[in-house]
Amino acid sequence: MEPVNFDVQPPHLYPPYKSTILRSPTRPLLPVRELLKDLSLPVFGESVLQQFDNDLTKNARVNGEPIGERIKVAGRVFDEAGRPQPNVLLEIWQANAAGRYVHRREVHDAPLDPNFLGGGRVLTDREGRYSFYTIKPGAYPWGNHHNAWRPNHIHFSVLGHQLAHRLVTQMYFPGDPLFEFDPIYQSVPAHARELLVARFRMDWTDPEFALAYEFNIVLGGHHQSLFE
Amino acid sequence: MERLRQTPSQTVGPFFAYSLTAQQYGYPYDSIVHHALLGPATPGQHIYITGRVLDGQGAPVPDAVVELWQADAQGQYRTAPINPREDDGRDFTGFGRVGTGTQAGAVFRFETIKPGAVGPGQAPHINVTLFMRGSLHGLRTRLYFEDEAAANAHDELLSAVPPERRATLLARCVAGGGLPGYHLDIHLQGAEETVFFTL
Ligand SMILES: [Fe+3]
Repeated sequence: MEPVNFDVQPPHLYPPYKSTILRSPTRPLLPVRELLKDLSLPVFGESVLQQFDNDLTKNARVNGEPIGERIKVAGRVFDEAGRPQPNVLLEIWQANAAGRYVHRREVHDAPLDPNFLGGGRVLTDREGRYSFYTIKPGAYPWGNHHNAWRPNHIHFSVLGHQLAHRLVTQMYFPGDPLFEFDPIYQSVPAHARELLVARFRMDWTDPEFALAYEFNIVLGGHHQSLFE
Repeated sequence: MERLRQTPSQTVGPFFAYSLTAQQYGYPYDSIVHHALLGPATPGQHIYITGRVLDGQGAPVPDAVVELWQADAQGQYRTAPINPREDDGRDFTGFGRVGTGTQAGAVFRFETIKPGAVGPGQAPHINVTLFMRGSLHGLRTRLYFEDEAAANAHDELLSAVPPERRATLLARCVAGGGLPGYHLDIHLQGAEETVFFTL
């Protein structure tokens, strides 16, 4: 059996993703774990959530339903030891079904949807579970190189309970033909890319309403050497 | 021990603002983390903190998100859950978040209190995390205060930083703005490259 490779993280400098060239540290990072007296991160209470924060198909309606394929995204948050992480804050943002962000600096000319913002948030429950409804995001072009397109994705900001559990990542959809052309996805070691791809779950669908995807999140530091 | 593989990190991208910092940028969504970490009646010395994130050519980065997390005036981190809609103006969250896209010069500005020392061998400091387009990871560092020279000299983490790079973590005192102010520029690269941490 192949040994499991736990080194899943992208490098800081990944030249095919051009913006990393002037924005990534050039010197080795300082290992500080043993020097920290307190590893906590802030915890949020239930009152941060409004009624439709976990339903992006409803939280920005103006005069009707947003256009696009309604989906449910659900999963669990764990630490590396497999312990479920309760009360973890997930903040999410994404493009609409046409591949357009509600953002002033967005220049892609795909249509805006008056009934879709694409922002939301959710807390995990006692078993580390979360779930939200949204519209499946479209692909969009970006300026990294000639004819560059991002695969469909949802951005996640994850606030766990210790300093090493602060993560920002992106969830992708299975079988996307743009994977092999996207330097952000490709920045992750090949063996670990599957960890960013949601799993289609026919058994989790809401019949007659929404297809479902499972996306589990594992939080940990960058201490590859700690267990080896 | 059964061990799971971590979820890989990815960039925050350029379009985080309408979810992570919506009110600051004027998007139609509420925010649960703000530039102010305190209420008007929070005990301690009220201060403001400004700074910039500078890229490898020295250009200010206008699409970074900066998070602060710090102890209160007694050196205690908040452990009670933050409930922004229920706080009464005394509450010190210790947690703040600002995007660099709304002020001239891509400056970030926070209002907070000067933290107390968390324990022996610890100078007052603030944990800083940066996310931005072009960064595949959150970048972690610390802000120390230039006017805490005695405490800084005995800080365990600062002492682990090569002496010639310690100044990259020291916020300098600035006048004006109505409160005692501190300013820290974070250099992503170059001769003054900030010391970033790994956990
Ligand atoms: Fe995106």
